[in-house]
Amino acid sequence: MAHISASVYTSHVPAIGAALDMGKTQEPYWQPLFAGYEYSKQWMKDNKPDVIFLVFNDHATAFSLDMIPTFAIGTAAEFTPADEGWGPRPVPKVIGHPELASHIAQSVIQQDFDLTIVNKMDVDHGLTVPLSLMCGQPDAWPCPVIPFAVNVVQYPVPSGQRCYNLGKAIRKAIESFDDKLNVQIWGTGGMSHQLQGPRAGLINKEFDNAFLDELIADPGALAQKPHIDYVREAGSEGIELVMWLIARGAMDDAAGGPKAQLKHRFYHVPASNTAVGHLILENAK
Amino acid sequence: MSLDKPYLDVPGTTIFDAEQSRRGYHLNQFCMSLMKAENRARFKANERAYLDEWPMTDEQKLAVLARDLNRCIQLGGNIYFLAKIGATDGKSFQQMAGSMTGMSEEEYRNMMISGGRSVEGNRYIGEQTGEKK
Repeated sequence: MAHISASVYTSHVPAIGAALDMGKTQEPYWQPLFAGYEYSKQWMKDNKPDVIFLVFNDHATAFSLDMIPTFAIGTAAEFTPADEGWGPRPVPKVIGHPELASHIAQSVIQQDFDLTIVNKMDVDHGLTVPLSLMCGQPDAWPCPVIPFAVNVVQYPVPSGQRCYNLGKAIRKAIESFDDKLNVQIWGTGGMSHQLQGPRAGLINKEFDNAFLDELIADPGALAQKPHIDYVREAGSEGIELVMWLIARGAMDDAAGGPKAQLKHRFYHVPASNTAVGHLILENAK
Repeated sequence: MSLDKPYLDVPGTTIFDAEQSRRGYHLNQFCMSLMKAENRARFKANERAYLDEWPMTDEQKLAVLARDLNRCIQLGGNIYFLAKIGATDGKSFQQMAGSMTGMSEEEYRNMMISGGRSVEGNRYIGEQTGEKK
């Protein structure tokens, strides 16, 4: 039987990818940020999963305004890093896990979450920057990845509660897969940031840290936070944080199991326009 | 019955909702076309002619030509789509975001390094004197 061993949460700022790709990680601007992921890279080596289920959002890359799926699961055998206008990132191709992805799609749809199934999709920085932060710069990613794209571009995005419940459904789906697989689920995006209008540059450290506290200790209550609180307090693009609730909802304690254990917590301002937050939570072994 | 839009009183912020998306469909799809190198070259060679191939409003075309991102957003543009124009111009996301704030590039960068724009006084329209959406 497959199971979820841990969840990882991280921002996915494109400038972080650019800094890595251009060898700037030791520059004074970037050094403190990358230092916050040293523990995580070692943790990834010590806890290598068989599959990563990676929740992210597409930034007008694979999905234009022609089609805007709220929840889209990547069932392809592989996914190419996208050219977002600055040229594709020099990172490995993303290898999928079509069998587990299709299984999850069928199970989750039967649990009343109407996923869009995507058999062809380029993946942008939303997916590749978290992989780079956690795995460094390998020739190949350590394991297959199932991309799970959430619409957080066109309002209304799914509510925190729906994301949290979806996480629970994904956990059930994974646990009903017959092969013995160690799966990690990652929630990405955020933290506070606003990229548009005269209010661009908004950062709210108090909000972000309270969000991290509550995500760890009381995610069920956090799931009830309305959209407008994210927009007003964490900036128009801070709404990406609802994606973290999908990963959190997939942990054992969201289904009444033993409490998730905090392995690592990191917070840093700024990366370009954005506050960077990062957590690693493990299920009790 | 009207839709619930509790985000209209957030200062300096335009939420890209269904109405904005409808208004900006062709503007955003034009931006999307700039992900192809050949289209970027054609756009750079003659911006107006390239824009005229799209069923955008004249206001939208003028806002693009002026690189007035705030105006583009008012007219239905979304920042992730508009970023393709910035990429075509060789601008970073920080330069684009900063260009909407009335600050110089250096002022904006320094604001971010010192912790970003505070939420205090920036939650509701009218909190700060002279604040207008």
